[in-house]
Amino acid sequence: MPSRSSIYQPEQGQGVRSMAEESVMSVGDNKNAKSGKNANGGKNANSWFGSEQRRLLIQEYGIFLAFLILVAVLSVSNEFFLTAGNISNVLLQTSINGVLAIGMTFVILTRGIDLSVGSVVALAGIVSASFVTSSATAGIAGAPYPVALGLGIGLLVGIACGAVSGVIVSRFSVPAFVATLGMLSAARGMTLIYGGGRPVPALTPAFRWIGTGNILGIPAPVVILAVVFAVSWWILNRTRFGRYIYAVGGNPHAARTSGINITRTQFAVYVISGGLAGLAGMLLSARTGSALPQAGIAYELDAIAAVVIGGTSLSGGVGRVTGTLIGALIIGVMNNGLDLMGIQSYYQQVLKGALIVGAVMLDQKRNYGA
Amino acid sequence: MELLLDVEGLKKSFGGVAALRDGRFQLRAGTVHALCGGNGAGKSTFLRILMGIFSRDAGSIRRRGKEVEFANPADALASGIAIIEQELSPVPHMTVAENIYLGREPKARFGGIDFRAMNRSAQGLLDDLEFDIRATQYMMNLSVARMQLVEIAKALSHDAEVIFMDEPTSAIGEREAQHLFAAIRRLQAQGRGIVYVSHRLSEIFQIADSYTVFRDGAYVGSGALADIDRPGLIRMIVGRELSEEFAKTNTPTSEPGIEVAALTCPNKIEDISFSVHKGEIFGIYGLMGAGRTEIFNCLFGLDRPSAGSIKVDGTEVSIAKPADAMAHGLALVTEDRKLTGLNLADSVRANICMASLPEMSPAFAMDRAREADASRGMREKFQIKAARDTMPVSSLSGGNQQKVVLGKWFLRNPKVLLLDEPTRGVDVGAKREIYRIISDFAASGGTVVMISSEIDEVLGMSDRIMVMRAGKSAGTFSREETDAQSLVHLST
Repeated sequence: MPSRSSIYQPEQGQGVRSMAEESVMSVGDNKNAKSGKNANGGKNANSWFGSEQRRLLIQEYGIFLAFLILVAVLSVSNEFFLTAGNISNVLLQTSINGVLAIGMTFVILTRGIDLSVGSVVALAGIVSASFVTSSATAGIAGAPYPVALGLGIGLLVGIACGAVSGVIVSRFSVPAFVATLGMLSAARGMTLIYGGGRPVPALTPAFRWIGTGNILGIPAPVVILAVVFAVSWWILNRTRFGRYIYAVGGNPHAARTSGINITRTQFAVYVISGGLAGLAGMLLSARTGSALPQAGIAYELDAIAAVVIGGTSLSGGVGRVTGTLIGALIIGVMNNGLDLMGIQSYYQQVLKGALIVGAVMLDQKRNYGA
Repeated sequence: MELLLDVEGLKKSFGGVAALRDGRFQLRAGTVHALCGGNGAGKSTFLRILMGIFSRDAGSIRRRGKEVEFANPADALASGIAIIEQELSPVPHMTVAENIYLGREPKARFGGIDFRAMNRSAQGLLDDLEFDIRATQYMMNLSVARMQLVEIAKALSHDAEVIFMDEPTSAIGEREAQHLFAAIRRLQAQGRGIVYVSHRLSEIFQIADSYTVFRDGAYVGSGALADIDRPGLIRMIVGRELSEEFAKTNTPTSEPGIEVAALTCPNKIEDISFSVHKGEIFGIYGLMGAGRTEIFNCLFGLDRPSAGSIKVDGTEVSIAKPADAMAHGLALVTEDRKLTGLNLADSVRANICMASLPEMSPAFAMDRAREADASRGMREKFQIKAARDTMPVSSLSGGNQQKVVLGKWFLRNPKVLLLDEPTRGVDVGAKREIYRIISDFAASGGTVVMISSEIDEVLGMSDRIMVMRAGKSAGTFSREETDAQSLVHLST
């Protein structure tokens, strides 16, 4: 190689950033060029309208359709699948990943990512457990405390982790991937330090209720997921803050010149993701009855998978929390269906991988293909 | 005489919608031919067919009398047709030479690349064109204008006989444009045919010798530019008689709207002072990189000035972020609507409301009815052509997109409108509408500061003009006491 390094200019950082901006821009242009050719015809607004509606319809309901087909196939092939017990089981299995994935949706919509949620699940789980355990050795002095305190502590731990990631990303402009990769490691380490590497067993029944209880016959974690979903849907679709999230993810420059506080918006989505990870951690420990230091390993991957299957773009600004919920359900139903068919979990992982990639391939074809 | 290119009856539809109904075009050797038409006239479709990106539905393309068929851009290049596209596609982490010879690098021993030969021939090419660019520079360190020049050098390196240039000056300044024109003249003298696509009529009259006009996807007419005048060409492009090109109805008052004193931002602008009255349109003219946009960045809180004061309505204000500027009644229409003006992923309505969210929804929850009303109001006011306001803003034409950006700011009832190249990439018809909007705003007592590199626009719209050169003001003139020549002279 000839003098490559000698002409290397030390403005790398800037260069990298501007390149990223350009690639983002070119994606936008692509879309623009594509729809531009439709608009070129100009006068024929009606047929344009038709194709646009069809596109939106597929975008909105395509994933839902895929979900229904999956359910139909499974209910035909296995008579046990569509029983009340199994449905409740699937929903229960989905609830933790669903809560995580909804938090992840907020982050990904702003062009970020939160890799730390699995570790935060463990940390929030073990810290809150130490307040509500009846074990004399594993808990903190005076435990068990009232369940509300345990829940509050768990949420606070999650929020704190998210706030740290959020500050690092929004204030110090560290790429989200790096910042949350750091938190992934740090939170896991803190979990091991806090519990001395040992689980916290014997959680009080009152605390365990959030993972095992029923409300009108519906498992409590499912009700919690429904509430989290409803509130998130409302925030993203019906509030000013939701608009900020889409604007910051869609075009941060335009958002900034429109007077939107990007720093605060980015910070907030990591806090939300952290808080929901804390909640998920408590659901997990409440269900199993004890908080394990190795809980939640690789949970971030399932959460990201649900978001991606649900049609949210990793380049930000585009996506719906409804899609995420269905994405999480698809993963849950698929795991359950394959279990029922007696297919080994090893194969399930391969299939899940194919599903994630396949969903995004379809998405690409839909957006940029012929 | 044999035609370099002879196109007849070119047709192309997309899903039943005709983008091009009848494309006709004849190019003679040694000429510069302007291809004119508004947005949606079918120019881009026409270019893409000739590039081999789209396949035609009907029609014939003859190259030096021989029927040709292009399956991909490589075919078109092989037959001697090169296109410089409007949207650049550089590889940022490669050098200029690597970009020019991308995919056809000179070979060295053992299958390596002969960098020395490549750099030498690239430098030769750039020097011939008198572009002040080193072949070993990294692409990412070049300004947009220079990237455009590299793109031109790249097209020429293919030794093409027919060269299409799609809005080549949209991102470059006057001086670089003159370099480009000189290069075009040299190519013309070599007997090549250049097809020049631009919305800027003054450029067309400066550089081209013949023209072809498309409207609504079909050929309208062609001829020698010597036989047509500017209003005549506009009439052909727009298809109807238009009133005065620059609708100017405002009269400046004596009340100051915005006063800027000794504004300085290190290495960007130095000691900039001006005051603009209510009802006045104040133009800022200058080359790319002369510090025009930087003034707006400082005024709008996107950049921090190291010294200077800003007064709005006679009161000194401090602006640290865009929200502060907005609170004082400032609005900024940025230079590049795709990069900094719009959220292309979102709808027309969301974009119109983007700068007014706290005002429209004081509570945490959105006031959706109010947003729909606001969006409808702006669409009616500016005649934004969109089937519904929930459709993506990216599907609108350039002119309508720009009107969405204007709508976003007019929704805030601004006192001071900062416009950075308000009509870039906008067709003639939409330009007039935008001029009317600006004019009406000033006539109703608004204060307008407008940056433009289009001399006609600056002279046609402004009451006074400040010329920027190398980050400093080279003087402020009233429209009566200056002309195009002195503006260009002062800016260089």
